[in-house]
Amino acid sequence: MILHTLLDYDTLRIIWWLLLGILLVGFAVTDGFDLGTGTLLPFVASTDLERRVVINAVGPVWEGNQVWLVLGGGAIFAAWPQLYAVSFSGFYLAMAAVLLALILRPVAFKYRSKRDSIAWRATWDWALFVGGFVPALIFGVAMGNVLQGVPFRLAPDQQIFYEGGFFALLNPFAVLCGLVSVAMLVMHGAAWLVLKTDGLVASRARVWGIRAAIATVVLYAVAGVLLWGFVDGYRITSAVVTTGPSNPLFKTVEAGVAGSWFANYAAHPWTQLAPAAGIVGALLTLMALVRRREGVAMLTSSLSIAGIVLSVGASMFPFILPSSIQPQASLTVWDASSSHLTLFIMLVATCIFLPLILLYTSWVYKVLWGKVVPGDISGGTSHAY
Amino acid sequence: MDLDVVGLSRLQFALTALYHFLFVPLTLGLSMLIAIMETVYVMTGRSIWRQMTKFWGVLFGINFAIGVSTGLVMEFQFGMNWSYYSHYVGDVFGAPLAIEGLMAFFLEATFVGLFFFGWDRLSKVQHLAVTWLMALGTNFSALWILIANGWMQNPIGATLNPQTMRMEVTDFGAVLANPVAQAKFVHTVSAGYVIAALFVLGIAAWYLLKGRHVELAKRSMTVAASFGLAASLSVVVLGDESGYLATEHQHMKLAAIEGMWETQPAPAAFTAFGFPDQNARETHYAIHIPWVMGLIGTRSLSNQIPGISDLVKLAEVRVRQGIVAYGALEEIRALGGRAPVPPALQARFEEHSAVLGYALLLKRYVDDPRQASDAQIRQAALDTVPQVAPLFWSFRIMVGLGMFFIVLTAVFFWLSARRRLDAYPWLLKVAVWSIPLPWIAAEAGWIVAELGRQPWAIEGVLPTAVAVSNLGIQTVLTTLIGFVVLYTVLLVVEMKLMFKAIGKGPEDELAHAPGTHSPLVGTTPAMRTAPMITAE
Repeated sequence: MILHTLLDYDTLRIIWWLLLGILLVGFAVTDGFDLGTGTLLPFVASTDLERRVVINAVGPVWEGNQVWLVLGGGAIFAAWPQLYAVSFSGFYLAMAAVLLALILRPVAFKYRSKRDSIAWRATWDWALFVGGFVPALIFGVAMGNVLQGVPFRLAPDQQIFYEGGFFALLNPFAVLCGLVSVAMLVMHGAAWLVLKTDGLVASRARVWGIRAAIATVVLYAVAGVLLWGFVDGYRITSAVVTTGPSNPLFKTVEAGVAGSWFANYAAHPWTQLAPAAGIVGALLTLMALVRRREGVAMLTSSLSIAGIVLSVGASMFPFILPSSIQPQASLTVWDASSSHLTLFIMLVATCIFLPLILLYTSWVYKVLWGKVVPGDISGGTSHAY
Repeated sequence: MDLDVVGLSRLQFALTALYHFLFVPLTLGLSMLIAIMETVYVMTGRSIWRQMTKFWGVLFGINFAIGVSTGLVMEFQFGMNWSYYSHYVGDVFGAPLAIEGLMAFFLEATFVGLFFFGWDRLSKVQHLAVTWLMALGTNFSALWILIANGWMQNPIGATLNPQTMRMEVTDFGAVLANPVAQAKFVHTVSAGYVIAALFVLGIAAWYLLKGRHVELAKRSMTVAASFGLAASLSVVVLGDESGYLATEHQHMKLAAIEGMWETQPAPAAFTAFGFPDQNARETHYAIHIPWVMGLIGTRSLSNQIPGISDLVKLAEVRVRQGIVAYGALEEIRALGGRAPVPPALQARFEEHSAVLGYALLLKRYVDDPRQASDAQIRQAALDTVPQVAPLFWSFRIMVGLGMFFIVLTAVFFWLSARRRLDAYPWLLKVAVWSIPLPWIAAEAGWIVAELGRQPWAIEGVLPTAVAVSNLGIQTVLTTLIGFVVLYTVLLVVEMKLMFKAIGKGPEDELAHAPGTHSPLVGTTPAMRTAPMITAE
């Protein structure tokens, strides 16, 4: 096959770096409101019927939303194999915790309302909270650790050795990033509930959404200041080869470069749009919730999430996963990707299927448009949860 | 199997995969059966078919939930526990997994919500389309997963790149058209259809025995028996061992399944019974059926099936060739990546690079395969023999059950055609007690395919012992225990819910007439009256 040479290797790497961002944003914006809704469940709903309203607000769509995570995992495996290998084995116990939480979630959705017992339902409600809160926190904590560099080294044959423990992940900056993640997803979940529900549930969600939007702005700003002041970045010191083989050990890297995570914003001012969107989106969400513009709140909180996720990528480019103990082994856009041919094949597959996915997902959301009201649940004929 | 990190990681992968494979085949088949039932409903307009669709849909939904969550574990585990594997073959193996997400899983998971929630929001034909898209997604999903798995068994269309130290795709078409993947897809999907068919058949038989929901039960049995007969014929006739001999990599698996220690003149005999003894390299008390093995394995009377001893000799040759390739690879890597590789060195590497994996088998015994002693090389060659006894028995259990399913579904197909489904209560009892059997056959099939692949993660390319992540034993033990506990609890919960849904039976469709409301599954009258609720 020679078709793949139509696109240069470095162009494909950039495209796949952008697609990685799009997939993360896709996951955070769609499954994000499911996670936020799960986290909010104990706080916005007290009676059984209210809880079922909340659960059914995400009931028909969470399965499709979660596929963004499945797809993200698959796409990282296919397009950035070494990133997949290092991050999943390095964050082993954290990933296992996410998995255990995410196993509980679908089962809780399906099984909760299948028995009348109050204890039964309370147990699954708790599972839904864990299934929302734990992944939201851990994904943020992981991002916080990536920004600081992760203690892994690569042997010459590319065997991976991770030399940090689970509790080292829970350092102050990383936990702060975890809280940013929880705050933004709770804001997003609240915006969804305001849109999809009525009455008490909606008004409680509105209050929590306002609180979460404020928390998002404050925590994200603090994280940014700390990143500037206390988190040193990385810099490639050898000549940058953008089309070479994907072997991280072919370059040299300097660690502990103060302010290097902000160099891209100075060199390419348009990248400042990402953090700006993170802040402005959350502020607009705050205003929209205060003024009861429910549809707007959903859009602006999506904007905020996209901005926050993309700002991590923009800060670090071309780094994807820096190594704190062997800086040379840091994974970058230029040396952690799949082969030229695989990136091309995967791009073709994405160009065919991603538009289709967006098309039928929109159709499904359109069919399901409208508020979930108690009547649907207590008297409806659909198989509501 | 030693309980070191490799052993524990294998155990965790095997347990989570076997568990995942309890739910997935059922959803594969049930999605098709549901789609068929709904099609009949839309074509005839008779509401009993809608009732059937909904009832079996509830059971589908209970299983789908666990299938989804355990599937996520499968996908993440490659990176978590098999990081060198992920690096080494991600360029090839990752693509089908990602395309599965793009093409199949999105379709399935997006429409499954609408299947349950869309009855009142969609027209008949729209809802039918949703159901078919869901079933299509489920089956496409199996296709891509088995393309990935097929490549583990028969890794074609890729070569090792010394600069990146990993396998890279050279011919994606070959990866897609892999004969092993094709055979596996048909075989595995058919097995899923059999599981679903016998599930529906058994539950419906139970209703008939109890005299409940008779109309629904009879119609369900008719669909299940005909679908199941076609599927169980397809499982056996298009069994995936048909791909074994077409590809050179699977010879050892076939010989191990047969407990065939020495090469026999063609056509080889089938060992119907016996006790394989790995150390003595013979099968005690063997009962042979002449010719049958040659026919099953090669579909011919003249092609020879090589025995284990000859294959070990071949493996030893390959280990030695692999060491040559390994030496050349090290020299290429010592050049530092950017310097040009001398053509003579490149040629020396390429001559034996296809069997480089055999040198990696030595990594269990020595860091640098070039330093291996003759004894270690002989041991590495011996290591290429999988555990014969479990393969031998699993295969016979699977085949025996497969034959039984053909008979069972044929009998019910005939009874259904004669309109005498309830004529023989003992047959209905057989159908009820047969519900678990196809699961046993499917799990046995997984053991044959994957235990038979050992000691390789990627047959002939990457040994399992090298593929594993460098984790601590306690770390892996922690997650292993976590998964076992959680999965056990979930299995108990899901069985209870299934029994409850089956005991409750289908909802009364008359209640769905406009203006009336039916009670929801699990909603008591108190819960339907909002002001009365004080659940907290």
